[in-house]
Amino acid sequence: MLRTEEITLNMGPQHPSTHGVFHVVLKMDHEVITEARPICGYLHRGIEKLAEARTYTQFIPYTDRLDYLAAMLNNTGYVQAVEKLMEIEVPERAEYIRVICCELSRIASHLIAVGTYSVDIGGITGFMYCLRDRERIMDLFEMVCGSRLTLSYMRIGGVAEDLPDEFIPALCQFLDEMPSRLDEYDGLITGNEIFQARTKHVGLLDPGVAINYGISGPNLRASGVFWDLRKNRPYSVYDRFDFEVPLGKRGDCFDRFTCRIKEMRQSLKIIRQAVEQLPEGPVMAKVPKVLKPPAGDVYHEIEGAKGILGYYVVSDGSNKPYRIHVRRPSFINLGFLNELCKGWKIADVVAILGSLDIVLGEVDC
Amino acid sequence: MPGSSIPSTVIDGLKDKFPAIEVSENLTITVPEAELLSFMRELRDNPDYDFNFLTNLTAVDYPDNFTVIYNLVSFKYGYTLMAKVNLGKDEPAVSSLTSLWGSADWQEREVYDLFGIIFTGRHNLTRILLEDGFAGYPLRKDFQWVGGRE
Repeated sequence: MLRTEEITLNMGPQHPSTHGVFHVVLKMDHEVITEARPICGYLHRGIEKLAEARTYTQFIPYTDRLDYLAAMLNNTGYVQAVEKLMEIEVPERAEYIRVICCELSRIASHLIAVGTYSVDIGGITGFMYCLRDRERIMDLFEMVCGSRLTLSYMRIGGVAEDLPDEFIPALCQFLDEMPSRLDEYDGLITGNEIFQARTKHVGLLDPGVAINYGISGPNLRASGVFWDLRKNRPYSVYDRFDFEVPLGKRGDCFDRFTCRIKEMRQSLKIIRQAVEQLPEGPVMAKVPKVLKPPAGDVYHEIEGAKGILGYYVVSDGSNKPYRIHVRRPSFINLGFLNELCKGWKIADVVAILGSLDIVLGEVDC
Repeated sequence: MPGSSIPSTVIDGLKDKFPAIEVSENLTITVPEAELLSFMRELRDNPDYDFNFLTNLTAVDYPDNFTVIYNLVSFKYGYTLMAKVNLGKDEPAVSSLTSLWGSADWQEREVYDLFGIIFTGRHNLTRILLEDGFAGYPLRKDFQWVGGRE
């Protein structure tokens, strides 16, 4: 009789499919995964500790470096938490500008998710096409705030500056062209036979289990759970827009992927409405130069690109936060990886991990 | 800014069942450590509130005590609830909620890693972000570090 034994294989920390410095220790019986133990922390910078030695405004650039693929959303979650704590009312124009920028950020993040997922499954071309369109969003952000990746555009009380004149025409052109680009992805990636064979019915996530494990965002909605904070607990001005929340049926890798493609279409719809309704007026509320929120704490959540993004801010009445904690969706979504990989083949691990769309800056914080 | 958004009738019902809990002005509920597990089980299992989603779990190091913070959400009713447990400064320990919510697993490990708070009644309470041999708990206020801006 042939002797068999369990094999241990290290995936990462240097591995292109882990989307950053992330390490999974795989235990396998032949090709079947019996345990996938995630090891994170390679990118831990102690951002929550650093916050305690910064002022409230100085912390904004650090939020960019959490989920660096969707910096606008990270900025927004944080400044809204502080605004809630200080009871600052943000001018309406600033709210609309925030919505436009946040949804652009969501599209940019989903484009990376979709593109890198295509590479993970073996289609390099899809990645190139996605980056081509993400580049245009980067250009739009450059117009708005001068930066392309780490934007720091949001301020406590509004946004840093009003939109430049050339922004709206460039944005409208992007909005006009993007739907046909999404059709292109559907043809190039979604409709690809190999892609479907690798992702359909793979890595099934039960809705009840997903809720129990705190999984959120497109990963949760792909399992058919209707939970999108823009709809369920509208913040900012999201209650004024007409859009749908795409849901999946099976909760497999394919559903998680297609949810993101569909969400991009909805984001385009939101941006178009925001541009139409965009009011005139100031973009910054009257806030004191030195911010000293009253002693107390606040927890605020927004719908980030990867899931529910929450900020817990504690103030002791001074100009520096006593404590800031970030509920990072990628970190919590990753907590279920072991259970999700068990019983699948080694080739499926890449498909499953890619479908969760994690970003390590956010996992490790 | 309220810590929770739940009807006052629900709060009153909880007070009747758990007389030891304290409800602050902004609807944050402080639970004695001994009752935490039964209180949380009630929140999760009672169909009147149905708090099925433990969204956030973290801690704060205050001068006199550690506080562990739990943020719960009920998908069915849209309620949110913030609960707190105060722990002593010496060898802080609190019951683990991993038996109720899977999302507690990694978040408790993170709090253990950065604060040194022990979660009892669970397995695999190990560091998650820092390396295993790391000395100290960085998010404690008495942690000595370089790179500040003083």
